[in-house]
Amino acid sequence: MSERPVHGAAVRLHHVTRRWGTSVALDRVTIDVAAGSFTVLLGPSGCGKSTCLRLIAGLDEPNDGRVEIDGRDVTPVPPAARGVAMVFQSYALFPHLNVGENILFGLRARNVGKAERTRRLRDAAEMLGIGHLLDRRPAQLSGGQQQRVALGRAVVAQTPVCLMDEPLSNLDAQLRAEMRREVLALQRRLGITMIYVTHDQTEAMSMADQVVLLRDGRVEQDAPPDRIYAHPETTFAASFIGTPPMNLLPLERTAHGLTIAGTTTPLMTGRPDHRGPLLAGIRPETLRLAAAGIEARVTHSEFLGADTIVACAVGAGAARLLARLPGRARLQPGDRVAFALDAPPHIFDATTSRRIVHAAETPTRTATPVST
Amino acid sequence: MTRSERREAVAGWLLVLPAAALLAAFTHYPTVATLWRSLHGQALHGKPPSFVALANYRAMVKDPVFWQALRNNAVYSAAVIPLSMALSIVMALAVDAATGARIRGRTFLRVAYFTPTILPMIAIANIWLYFFTPGYGLIDRLLAPFGFGNWNWLGAASTALPAMIVVAVWREAAFYMIFYLAALQTIPPTLREAATLEGASRFTFFRRVIWPLLTPTTLFVFVNVVIDSFRLIDQIVVMTHGGPDNGTTILLYYIYEVGFQYWDSGYAAALTAVLLAGLAVVALAQFLLLGRRVHYG
Repeated sequence: MSERPVHGAAVRLHHVTRRWGTSVALDRVTIDVAAGSFTVLLGPSGCGKSTCLRLIAGLDEPNDGRVEIDGRDVTPVPPAARGVAMVFQSYALFPHLNVGENILFGLRARNVGKAERTRRLRDAAEMLGIGHLLDRRPAQLSGGQQQRVALGRAVVAQTPVCLMDEPLSNLDAQLRAEMRREVLALQRRLGITMIYVTHDQTEAMSMADQVVLLRDGRVEQDAPPDRIYAHPETTFAASFIGTPPMNLLPLERTAHGLTIAGTTTPLMTGRPDHRGPLLAGIRPETLRLAAAGIEARVTHSEFLGADTIVACAVGAGAARLLARLPGRARLQPGDRVAFALDAPPHIFDATTSRRIVHAAETPTRTATPVST
Repeated sequence: MTRSERREAVAGWLLVLPAAALLAAFTHYPTVATLWRSLHGQALHGKPPSFVALANYRAMVKDPVFWQALRNNAVYSAAVIPLSMALSIVMALAVDAATGARIRGRTFLRVAYFTPTILPMIAIANIWLYFFTPGYGLIDRLLAPFGFGNWNWLGAASTALPAMIVVAVWREAAFYMIFYLAALQTIPPTLREAATLEGASRFTFFRRVIWPLLTPTTLFVFVNVVIDSFRLIDQIVVMTHGGPDNGTTILLYYIYEVGFQYWDSGYAAALTAVLLAGLAVVALAQFLLLGRRVHYG
């Protein structure tokens, strides 16, 4: 395969606001995407992640703020002149054109010469393994094949930035895992900047160099996956990342230290010099069964093969606590158990939902891989 | 055949029967009867019409009014078909764009474009009769400042047929716009966005994506506009009675005249047979030639 003159370009959203009437989709959002990085915009539906992507592509305009690509203010620049390619959730393949024509649509529109078109099509088809499909129509392809064609169309454009809007959401679980690896390998190989929108935290964790977590039109946290896992800045970040999500339990100050409200075992001895109600954030995978510790009553257990998710009621308010125990934990509903912690809990201010940094906090332990 | 298969077959035939009976009684039988009738002469003095074989067809070849009606119809069709199709696409694109842009008054735009279709032909004819009135009609008043005016649009041989064409285009385009609009609204907006990102101009996008995706609609509209253009009669009856000097007499109107004013039903049947044969050939050609180039989603 021939060498390709493509390098990633940095993308920056600067204080971008997008409103529709009175509803605010993006509220003064600033995001920096490093050149050549794989950045995932993550968040629940309606958080503004797709709007971000459309603003970068130029398919939509901000009410306020600036979009920069490669240091250049592209806010007034039409989509075709921004040097971005995009893969749509629905793939947006032209139904009446065959695969080859679909992939070459943009090059023909831009009057790229025939020899160059042929070369790029051959390269892309080879890279994506769709050489045998070039004469087929989109309707004759499986979901995964259509996905590859959409990728091919983005690849032949040789733009420094590629945008992907929930590209894997229409695929089954197995194919999704496979395409995840392929998309990542493709981005690494081409060296382009990838901005990838998803609501699936597994995709974010497994692919991203940088995760931008959005919520209600604001950036909740912008950090690499291991950092966002180990140091969630807010309770939202804490509960959005990880399967099952982090337990958030109300804390009580006692003479021995901080305990989960209604239990006696202190979670930590240090006393954060912080007034007001607190929440403990405990990852299910940091809990293990012990002879003594946080007392809980099993309410439900779910065997997943490699591990078991045990749901318990804990403390005065019978708050729900999820634990992820290795192998098959033989526990019945109603069993009394005790848990020890492998890592100190995260402490959040219950009022502001923000993380509290305190003296007792130990350096981050190695992040446990997140299961798919 | 098992019992249940036999019962299913009987039930199937029973279900088809009402429609088949109606079709046979009101379409197939009249067609055959017309062909048979075209081989007979005029019914005079209460005597049954005599068998004249192809005499009606021989008379037709020598009938100057028939040839003029044919010529008029050719001019009329050649103008109305492309003009009304082009106009209906343009109007549909405008309404579709207005829908996407969420502009105010898009409902008004749709209603305005569709109005000619819901108006009865008599009302349309009255509106246009007023437009065409010499001296104080709308068109003459608009042209008056430019030194024109006081022209009898429907009474002059040079403008009567073009005037009929304008009215027909106005009416046909409004109706077929709805079909194009429906087709346009099934095209996902992401296709336009993808094309925009790929650097395709609006024209390129229309030529390479919209137009090909509209081909099934275009074929449907084409077939219907062609049939319409040979089926026109109400407008002629109301507005010109085929005049001046047969200047707006087209085939169906001539058939009406021969059959119901001169009461020569044998000759009218022969004319009808020719019209039917022509339409059948055109329809067949359309499906054979264009059918292959149509992309069905």
